[in-house]
Amino acid sequence: MNWLLDLSPDEWNAVRLSIKVATVAMLFSLPPGILIALLLARGQFWGKTLLNGLVHLPLILPPVVTGYLLLLTFGKRGLAGAFLAEHFGIVFSFRWTGAALACGIMGFPLMVRAIRLSIEAVDRKMEAAAGTLGANPLWVFGTITLPLILPGLIAGAILAFAKAMGEFGATITFVSNIPGETQTLPSAIYTFTQVPGGDEGALRLTLISIVISMAALVASEVLARRVGRRMDIE
Amino acid sequence: MSVLVDISHRLGDFAIDVRFESAGRLTALFGPSGSGKTTLINMIAGLIRPDKGRIEVDGRVLVDTDAGVFVPKHKRRIGMVFQDARLFPHMSVASNLRYGRFFTPAAERYSDMDAVVDLLGIGPLLNRRPAKLSGGEKQRVAIGRALLASPRLLLMDEPLASLDEVRKAEILPYIERLRDETKIPIVYVSHSVAEVARMASDVVTLAQGKVVASGPTEAVMQRLDLLPTEERGEGGAVLDTKVLGHDEVYGMTVLGSAAGEIRVPRLAIATGALVRIRIRARDVMIATVKPTGLSALNILPGTVVAISPGEGPAVEIGISCNGATVLARITEQSRHVLKLQLGGKVFAVIKTVSFDRANTGAGLPVEADG
Repeated sequence: MNWLLDLSPDEWNAVRLSIKVATVAMLFSLPPGILIALLLARGQFWGKTLLNGLVHLPLILPPVVTGYLLLLTFGKRGLAGAFLAEHFGIVFSFRWTGAALACGIMGFPLMVRAIRLSIEAVDRKMEAAAGTLGANPLWVFGTITLPLILPGLIAGAILAFAKAMGEFGATITFVSNIPGETQTLPSAIYTFTQVPGGDEGALRLTLISIVISMAALVASEVLARRVGRRMDIE
Repeated sequence: MSVLVDISHRLGDFAIDVRFESAGRLTALFGPSGSGKTTLINMIAGLIRPDKGRIEVDGRVLVDTDAGVFVPKHKRRIGMVFQDARLFPHMSVASNLRYGRFFTPAAERYSDMDAVVDLLGIGPLLNRRPAKLSGGEKQRVAIGRALLASPRLLLMDEPLASLDEVRKAEILPYIERLRDETKIPIVYVSHSVAEVARMASDVVTLAQGKVVASGPTEAVMQRLDLLPTEERGEGGAVLDTKVLGHDEVYGMTVLGSAAGEIRVPRLAIATGALVRIRIRARDVMIATVKPTGLSALNILPGTVVAISPGEGPAVEIGISCNGATVLARITEQSRHVLKLQLGGKVFAVIKTVSFDRANTGAGLPVEADG
């Protein structure tokens, strides 16, 4: 145990940073994730197939390509990057925020899929019943739809978190591998494997990474079960 | 209080073209499945938008396609009880009950939680989850939930159709209490002669998307030819009666009706209470002379006022007994042998034991203006 936790400051930074990046990526992709999942599950509009394809793109593209595209659009000279930096002071390139953006985008298709499935499983007759009781569409969403899709929401969020914990290709392409700023767990492990005698450090971080991912998975199972028990859907 | 529906609507090959108006306490939309009843009630609730027409409840226009009016469902304040209850699975029974109440403006809340819980007998269920309730309990909670939103009108879409006979018998008295103890008018969709005859004050009979008869229950239920084929055997006269007394020795109740005294198996209701009975046409025999040496206890003198062909070898005979019409289904052969003709004096014979729980229900209190 001591051996496992006897980390250098840089290694601790990598652990902390990974958790921070994954959490931020997960939280910020939840609202757009729910919105896009709703659109895909219920919307009927021109370009739905295109939107679906775009959302899934990070899943099928090589991560390096996604990272490079991010660099082109959200980099210092990128269209969106320059705009955000100038007007809102948000800078992504070579910052931990960029790592969170890359991780969020890579986990987005997984999150949307999980939420979309749970929205499609909602009995719309329940929503109609709530409407006849006086609830307007916003209230219906908040009091009926949202609670009914909660298990899917949790599953989607945890999937996105786990994906973010393991994201490597897009992150390292977009924001590089700067200790203390953008060096997440996978980048740190990669760095260890590139230097002589780094095996022990790589193994240590690998074990920590397994522990964190397993903990997230168990937490989601427990949460989903508690929500499920509360609902007792027949 | 009145409901006015005047709409036309197409659903693929099926066309609905309906106009009716009712001021009844419980108006039944009656007809076989596929006659458009449920579509119609969904339009009143605001769940379906009619192609063309007008819907008014109590003078308030909810739909008027010519003027471009369509009040969304959450602003109609019309309660709906669905066939499948549709209780929210993630809430307790108490939260389900309070749901509609929350959205009702405080000034317009007229229904009281305790009174409704008491009326429907759902007090012991409040802390339970919907999944743990029986079908009958779910339906009672669904009725309570709709009532607590203080609706202007209560719609019930075959609320008993998915329940077995025992559960039906459990809920019917609650709906009767609802009809008699609250002031909310009810529109009730059903394909069951037993339910409609027992509970409705007014009936609108539908067939293939059209209204084929409408009016007070006793009058509409006389039209045996309009009943759905599978329900024909259940058809018969509907009489409103009063309990005159009980025969404790033989376990019977004596009911007073316009047609005369009628003996039925003992009912657990007090003397003076109102009871509505349905006398199935197939349970009525006809005699041309007053029978003696006969086991049947109810022998009502009357005059033949209608003879209409029934199904197969049957004819349906309407007998006016002192103003109240009793229907009898007999064979064409019997009619021929007895030489029955309009205006002929006859006796309608009904066995006491032909009455059961399904065709005796609480009668509608007579309204002062009716």
